[in-house]
Amino acid sequence: MKEFLEGSHAIAEVIKSCQPGVVSAYPITPQTHIVEDLAQMVSNGELKSQFVNVESEHSAASVVLGGSAAGVRVYTATSSQGLFYMQEVLFNIAGMRLPVVMTCANRAVSAPINIWNDQQDSISLRDSGWFQLYAENNQEAVDFHLIAYRLGEDKRVMLPVMVCMDGFILTHGMETVDIPEQEKVNKFLPAYKPLYKLDPENPISLGLLADPDYYMETRFVIQETMREAIGYLSGISKEFSDVFGRDYKDMLVEEYRLKDADKVIVAMGSVCGTIKEVVDEQRAKGKKVGLLRIISYRPFPYARIYEALKNIPKVAVLDKAVSLGAYAPVAADVKSLFFGKKKSPKVISSFVGGLGGRDITTETIHEVFRRLNAKEANFDFVDLKPELLKEEYGE
Amino acid sequence: MFGPLTVKPKNSKGDKTGSWRTLVRPNYLHQNCIACRMCVMICPEGCVSGKEKNAFSVDYTFCKGCGLCAEICPKKDIAMVSEDSKDQKQA
Amino acid sequence: MENSPLFKSGHTACAGCGQAIAARLVIEAAGANTIVANNTGCLEVFSTKYPETAWGVPWIHSLFENSAAVASGIEAALKYLGKKDAVNVIAQGGDGSSADIGLQALSGMLERGHDILYVCYDNEAYMNTGVQRSGLTPFDTNTTTSPIGSLSSGNVRPKKPMPEICAAHGIPYVATASAGFPQDLIRKVKKAIAIKGPKYIQVHVPCPLGWRHESNKMLSVAKAAVETGLYPLFEYEYGALAARRQITPKPVEEYLKLQGRFKHLLNNPEETKKVQDIADNNIKKYNLKLETQAPGA
Repeated sequence: MKEFLEGSHAIAEVIKSCQPGVVSAYPITPQTHIVEDLAQMVSNGELKSQFVNVESEHSAASVVLGGSAAGVRVYTATSSQGLFYMQEVLFNIAGMRLPVVMTCANRAVSAPINIWNDQQDSISLRDSGWFQLYAENNQEAVDFHLIAYRLGEDKRVMLPVMVCMDGFILTHGMETVDIPEQEKVNKFLPAYKPLYKLDPENPISLGLLADPDYYMETRFVIQETMREAIGYLSGISKEFSDVFGRDYKDMLVEEYRLKDADKVIVAMGSVCGTIKEVVDEQRAKGKKVGLLRIISYRPFPYARIYEALKNIPKVAVLDKAVSLGAYAPVAADVKSLFFGKKKSPKVISSFVGGLGGRDITTETIHEVFRRLNAKEANFDFVDLKPELLKEEYGE
Repeated sequence: MFGPLTVKPKNSKGDKTGSWRTLVRPNYLHQNCIACRMCVMICPEGCVSGKEKNAFSVDYTFCKGCGLCAEICPKKDIAMVSEDSKDQKQA
Repeated sequence: MENSPLFKSGHTACAGCGQAIAARLVIEAAGANTIVANNTGCLEVFSTKYPETAWGVPWIHSLFENSAAVASGIEAALKYLGKKDAVNVIAQGGDGSSADIGLQALSGMLERGHDILYVCYDNEAYMNTGVQRSGLTPFDTNTTTSPIGSLSSGNVRPKKPMPEICAAHGIPYVATASAGFPQDLIRKVKKAIAIKGPKYIQVHVPCPLGWRHESNKMLSVAKAAVETGLYPLFEYEYGALAARRQITPKPVEEYLKLQGRFKHLLNNPEETKKVQDIADNNIKKYNLKLETQAPGA
C-alpha cells in the first residue's frame, strides 16, 4: 500500500511486518524515530514483540544476540557512536553465526560531535562479518530489510545483515513508499527456523574458546559464505521481484546509463539520487556519463564491478567516509580489483565528500566529473572550505 | 559453510585431567563412611560417585588430587596417599 | 559411573578451584531446565574449550561484560515463545566482569526486572589474566597490579559493596554465599530460582593460585573468611536485610595467615588492625555476632 511518510516510520512498518520476537535499542539520533515507532506498535498491541529498553547500545546488541541465540527473529537499530559502542558485540554476533538484522542510520562519528550524515560509521565496521546493504531511497530501505532477513536466515548463510540508510536524508525524509502487505511478506519471508538454538530439550554450548587449532577455520567459513552469498542474493532478489514487483536485479550494484559512458562515478546510498540527476542532465547535453551504484558493500562484488567498469575510461569513486592515513575505503576496494587485470579504466580517481552532513549538491557532482579531466586524484576532498584550514597553535 | 561453532554435551568426554596428579591421590578407606555425600558435593571435578556407605569411589581419570574430599570427610575415611603408594586404587 | 550431567568432569580448572565447585553446585541446584549465559573469565575458559564442553545445559558465552544483557535477550525470547515459566535463565561471571566492566549491563538487567538469576563468582581479582586487582579485591591484598612495595601494603581500597548496590535496585533477592558452605549455597540458589524477577547471588570462591594457598585448603580458607566477619553471609529481600549467618568471630589473622596474598600483613599490626576494623564493621553492620555463646566457648 502506497503511503507518503517519513523514512523511519516506513522502516518501523516493514519491521512490524517481519514480526521479530525481540526488539532492543538505545536512543541515538538519527535512529530514534524507528525504534520510537516500534515501541508504540508494541504498546498498541500491533506488534507482538518483546521490546527491551536497554541502558546502552552495547546491551542492545547483546540482547538481540541472546534473543537470536534463543531462536527468535530479532531487530535493532543504531547510528554512529552507538554502532561503535556495539562494535565488539557485532563481531561476536557474526562469529556466532546469528542472523540479526539491524538498521544503521548512517551518521558521522566524533570528534567533533556531529549528528549529520556520512557513512563513516558502518564503513568502519566493514570487517565485522556483517552484510552491508546501502539504500538509495526509502523504498529500497524498506525492501532491503525484507531481503536482509531472507538472506541472513538462509540456511546456507546464517550471518547478520546491516541495512544502511543515510541519516536524516532518508530516515527523516518524507517519500512515497509502497509498504509491503503482510500477506506478501509472509509469502516472501517464512517464519524463522533456527539451525541451532539454546534449548533445554537439546542443549548446546555456543561461544566456546577456539585455540589456534580451531580459530582460523571460523574465519575462513565466514569469508567463504560471504563469497557464496554474492550468488544467493540474485536468487533472493528474483523471488522478491516475483512477490513485490520491484526488481533489484542481482542486489550487488545498479548500473545507471553506463552504456558507452566514458566517465562514471561510483558511489553508495542516497547521494546516488543526486548523481542520477546530474547524469541525466549531462546525457541530455550529449555527454557520455554514468553511475555505478554499489548496493552490497560487504560482500564486495569484485567480479560484478569489474564487468561493469572494465571498459570505462575514467572512473571517479565518491566516498562519504575516509580511512585517515590511507586511500578512501570504497576507492581502495575499487582500485584493488583492477590490479593485474587485462582491462581497466585508465583513471580511477578518488574523491571524498559529504562528511558530517556537508551537502553534496548537483554542482558537487558536476565538479567531480570536471575533475576527471585532470590527472588522477587520490582522496581529494570536494567542497572544502580553505578559509577554515588556517587555525594554528603555538608560536 | 560452518566451522567450529557449537558443541553438544554428549560429544564431549573432556580432558583426562587425572594426568595432572603428580603428588597425591585420595584413597577411599571404606571403614567409617556414613554416606553423608560431602565428598561428592565438594569435588571440583564432579568425579566422586556412590550411594551406599563405604561404597564411594573417585574417577582417577579426572581426579586432580586437590585433597578437598579428604578435608571435608567428617569421618576421616579418605586418606591422601602418595601417587607412588601401593595402596589400592579404587576403580 | 555417577557423574553430574549438568557440569561434567574433564574441565581444566586448577586443582581445588572454588569457582569450579560453586559453578557445579549452582547449576545442579538450578536443574536441567536452565539456560546459562557466561561472561569471559576462568569459568568460561576452563569449561568450554572447543571441541569440548563441561556443560550439560544450554550455555552461551559472548563477551567479558555482557552476560546480563545476553541473558536479558534470552529471557525476552523465552517470554515471546511463551516458554519462560518452564525455563530458568542464569547469567554468571567473575568479580571483575560483574562488578567492574559488566556492572552497567548487570544494573540494566536488574532495573528492567528480568526473571534472571545473576551469579557472581567472587575470587577477588582478575584471575584469568594473572591476578590483577578488581573492584572486589579486598583491602591490603597483594595482587599483580596492587603489589606490595616500600610505599604500599597492597590494594588501597576495600571491596565494592556489590550486594548492597544490587539490593538498592529493590530486586526481590540478593544473597552472599561461599564455596566453604556448599549446602547454604545450594539452598540460596534454589530459593532464588523459585522467585520471579531479578536475583543476585555473590559466591566467595577461593582461588588456590591467586590467593596462594594449598588446593586442599580451599574449604578452610573460605570458612575462615566467613568466621572472621570478612565475608559475611546474608540475604536481602526487596532491598531490606532479611537474614544473616551468625558467627563467633575469630580474629582476622586466622584468615590472613592462610594465604600468601596477605603474608605481608602478618608482622604488621598496624595494617592488620585496619583489616580487623573492616571485619568489625561487618559484624556490627550485619549483626553477625552470635548472641548466646555456645557452651564452653
